[in-house]
Amino acid sequence: MAKYLLLKHYRGAPAAVNDVPMDRWTPEEISAHMRYMNDFAARLEGSGEFVSGQALAQEGAWVRYDGEGRPPVTDGPFAETKDLIAGWMIIDVDSYERAVELAGELSAAPGAGGEPIHEWLELRPFLTEPPTITE
Amino acid sequence: MDEALLRSLSPSVLTVLVRRGAGFAAAEDAVQDALVEAVRVWPAGVPRDPKGWLVTVAWRRFLDATRADAARRRREDRVEEEPVPGPASGVDDTLQLYFLCAHPSLTPASAVALTLRAVGGLTTRQIAEAYLVPEATMAQRISRAKRTVSGVRFDRAGDVSTVLRVLYLVFNEGYSGNVDLAAEAIRLTRQLAGVIDHPEVAGLLALMLLHHARRAARTAPDGSLVPLAEQDRSLWDTELITDGVEILQAALARDRLGEFQAQAAVAALHADARAAEETDWVQVVEWYDELARLTGSPVVRLNRAVAVGEADGPRAGLAALSELDDSLPRHTAVAAYLHERDGDLAKAARLYSEAARKATDLAERDHLTRQAARLNAGRQG
Repeated sequence: MAKYLLLKHYRGAPAAVNDVPMDRWTPEEISAHMRYMNDFAARLEGSGEFVSGQALAQEGAWVRYDGEGRPPVTDGPFAETKDLIAGWMIIDVDSYERAVELAGELSAAPGAGGEPIHEWLELRPFLTEPPTITE
Repeated sequence: MDEALLRSLSPSVLTVLVRRGAGFAAAEDAVQDALVEAVRVWPAGVPRDPKGWLVTVAWRRFLDATRADAARRRREDRVEEEPVPGPASGVDDTLQLYFLCAHPSLTPASAVALTLRAVGGLTTRQIAEAYLVPEATMAQRISRAKRTVSGVRFDRAGDVSTVLRVLYLVFNEGYSGNVDLAAEAIRLTRQLAGVIDHPEVAGLLALMLLHHARRAARTAPDGSLVPLAEQDRSLWDTELITDGVEILQAALARDRLGEFQAQAAVAALHADARAAEETDWVQVVEWYDELARLTGSPVVRLNRAVAVGEADGPRAGLAALSELDDSLPRHTAVAAYLHERDGDLAKAARLYSEAARKATDLAERDHLTRQAARLNAGRQG
């Protein structure tokens, strides 16, 4: 088993096929989308492939050390142009192929018109500890 | 084995030890040892005076530990002072433990954790689960808190309002995992109300009961937020409401108004309305005026603007809102709501989207996004 991080982006990812901002969906479409995401997580829990998931707030700030005795630099909570991560899900699966398959399934969550969004999700394997036993 | 009995006894046992001069951290360890011993021995027969039994065992454990690592003279002093083992006094002195756990030297997060541990008798694992942090992290947080208060003496009465604030924080954490923190906060506040006669303790208890009564109606089966006006009022717990209203009325009759009583009064007015339209908004505004006077809090004035919008119309609400700093949390959401009621749907939709971006709570963000979507869909269609 290997762990992978699935990253969902608010902005910064290549445009989705069904690219309509969420506040232009109907409330029913939003509910259907949320249901799909929750069902997906529940199904992975059932298959023993779910590790954790978390949604992130849309606004954040860049922070940088600015030298001894000075407060850290921030650019304020202005996030117009940054690559914004909306949330993540961590899965623990048997193969890279399975991880790609699941990411594809998540990307098919319904959006406007109940059609799949085809959004781009970022898939990143976790670095692991070296194995205790090498044969 | 009666776990509830042990949990209810452990704070007063701890208080006795601290009173006798044990440091908080050492006393806590000794009480834990005594509880473990009780779990082992009591199944064969619960002692006639369970608290006295626990005090005796815990005190001996404390002395053993002290003998083991303290300087010889201090040890001898303590042994000399050892009270005769026997039935503990019937007086519930848990109150001082509440004050200690809410000590101003603690951060609010530490005060909450320590209160749940020492007064509530929850295990570190249960508290960690409720806060979704690793058990080791919570153990560190609690032992740091214990160290912070270990030098504090029990001779001065603390500030009740600090204790109440801590309990309200516990209540607002809601629940997750096996521990329902809202129910735990109610249990502790009830216990506190039993040992201290103070209208604000009653006010907080009433407020918690009235909020808790609405819990089943507050979220839809899919986890989404249901605003007060749209809640299915048949799901409200009428027994809790009756309980809360009675406690509140008794407190108000004493004519020592405080912010928790005033907040509970607002909650009672909502609980009293069979339908959202029947809400007595004029009275709600009056209570918010009282609250603003008592607290000067901008959040209270924000809530007041909503109530004014209901009592005197959205224009009046917007006028009240315009006096407030628009960086306040939920300011944008309130503005969106009032503009919608005023008929400016385009502006309302834009503000709902903006409020959703600023939301820090998932259910709230989804709710606001739905509001924006509802208005946008309506305008397009």
